[in-house]
Amino acid sequence: MTGDASRIRRRNRLDKGLFLCVFIGPALLVYTVYNIYPIFATFFYSLFEWTGIENTKTFIGLENYAKLIRDRIFHRSLGNNVLLVFASVLTQIPLGLALALLLQSKIKGMRFFRTVYFLPFLMSTVAIAIMWMFIYNPTFGILNRALADIGLASLQRSWLGEPSTAMGSVIAVICWQFAPFYMILLRAGLAGIPEELLEAARIDGCTPWKSFTRVTLPLLVPTLVTAVVLSTIGSLKYFDLIYVMTEGGPDSATELMATYMYKQAFRQFSMGFASAISTCMFVLSFIVAVTILSLDRYRARGGA
Amino acid sequence: MKVAKGLLLHLLAVAWLLVAGYPYLYMIGTSLKSQENFFKNPTSLIDAYTFANYRLVVELGIIRYFLNSLVISIVSVVLIVLLASMVSYCLGRIRFRLNRPLYFLFIAGMMIPVHTTLIPVYILTREMGLYDQLWALLGPYIAFSLPVSVIILTQFAREIPTELEEAAVMDGAGRTRLFAGVVFPLLTPAVATVTIYNFIHIWNEFVFALVLITTPGRMTLPLGLREFYGEFSVNVPGIMAALTLGTLPLLIAYFISQEKVVKGIAAGAVKG
Repeated sequence: MTGDASRIRRRNRLDKGLFLCVFIGPALLVYTVYNIYPIFATFFYSLFEWTGIENTKTFIGLENYAKLIRDRIFHRSLGNNVLLVFASVLTQIPLGLALALLLQSKIKGMRFFRTVYFLPFLMSTVAIAIMWMFIYNPTFGILNRALADIGLASLQRSWLGEPSTAMGSVIAVICWQFAPFYMILLRAGLAGIPEELLEAARIDGCTPWKSFTRVTLPLLVPTLVTAVVLSTIGSLKYFDLIYVMTEGGPDSATELMATYMYKQAFRQFSMGFASAISTCMFVLSFIVAVTILSLDRYRARGGA
Repeated sequence: MKVAKGLLLHLLAVAWLLVAGYPYLYMIGTSLKSQENFFKNPTSLIDAYTFANYRLVVELGIIRYFLNSLVISIVSVVLIVLLASMVSYCLGRIRFRLNRPLYFLFIAGMMIPVHTTLIPVYILTREMGLYDQLWALLGPYIAFSLPVSVIILTQFAREIPTELEEAAVMDGAGRTRLFAGVVFPLLTPAVATVTIYNFIHIWNEFVFALVLITTPGRMTLPLGLREFYGEFSVNVPGIMAALTLGTLPLLIAYFISQEKVVKGIAAGAVKG
């Protein structure tokens, strides 16, 4: 009897193990090959001088990183990434919050507003980039035309062509694209705030502003933290829109780490150097994400 | 005071309505203009309508890009849903030693910036002989969609009451039947979220396609739109027609099921 039972149990365990392998194995394999392995491979490649086409790799240790630290364009792109982080966090999230609050107020035709507000986020980044290149176009773009129409012709310029305005112009488009995303995210956060709390604040005689700063905002902090993390990490690795609109130009005015990395890898074929940029991006995003999340944990414990 | 406040709110609401909506109107309006008309009056929205630009864009092969995008998006999403549900079933409903570590391994993927993997994925794809083929995109697309999908589906799978499964076990169902017959059907709401979220991302994906595909006939829509932009130079209405067509599928999906699309994106973000 006992022999039978233990045999059955052993068979069950074997079945379970086999089942888990079959069910998890395929996903784990794809995930490892395309997600986990590349992180180590990137670091490994960054230790070589290598075109990526020929098979000859020359081991140069940390030489690529030393080069990176001295590289002017990399400094520039890192600066632009930092600028993008601040611009994104300080404009997209407040704008998204304002829109989310606007959608909560009683406006006629709310459904219509909500539908349209979300539209920018649906378009592919490439489509957005191409469309805005025409809006910014110096000769027939609607922006310059509109400026002329309202008597501000002196402000007309080649928005993407001049180093002084290119970054700002691109950041405006990024804002346009992502504000709806944060609107959705924060609206979900707002929906989670119990109606009774706001009701209680109202009964206690709080002004709308006071109930916003004392009740809504504190309860929204977890969602805001998520938003800040997403927007920071997103800005550190940003690529698509800027690559299509300016390719990092003019004169690296809009260069980002990711565009610089792409150009070094796939135009200059300096795979080793480009891998060093990649590794830096990874380490930076990792440090930033961990920092924000641990600060948040500290706050949640009542530390600050 | 109250009237003034209401007025201000409406004003703000309308202002953002214009900012968010006007570029769309501009895109669609321009796509319906003749080139001549456009240069005569580039800012006007309504003119004599013509569908010539759409005909031109179709003749120049936008359908090819469209089909490529459709095929890779559908195949990727189907495989993602299948693989992620299988994983989530195990992580959400079966006890085993590696459960927690595996779950964290999948979550950690959310922190990996796509660009860090670009060079190794490019080298790997070349070595596998998949370079410059549509199917080269399948692996990266699945791998990068897995973390969000696994998180959403696992959390959902954990909430399913065990009674249903126990009843099926009484009837002698094995694990595979439990998954296919009992748990998977109950995952439907989460599957809808995962499907929508991933479809939008893959339909619009740019950087992997840029690195892995070079032949125009094998390009997906975002790359194809860039090709049009390169070829058309000043045929602005033509490009706008291409952009409008490229955005159409997501617009249609959005108008059919706005709540689902919005929920899908919010869920994907919050869980992330």
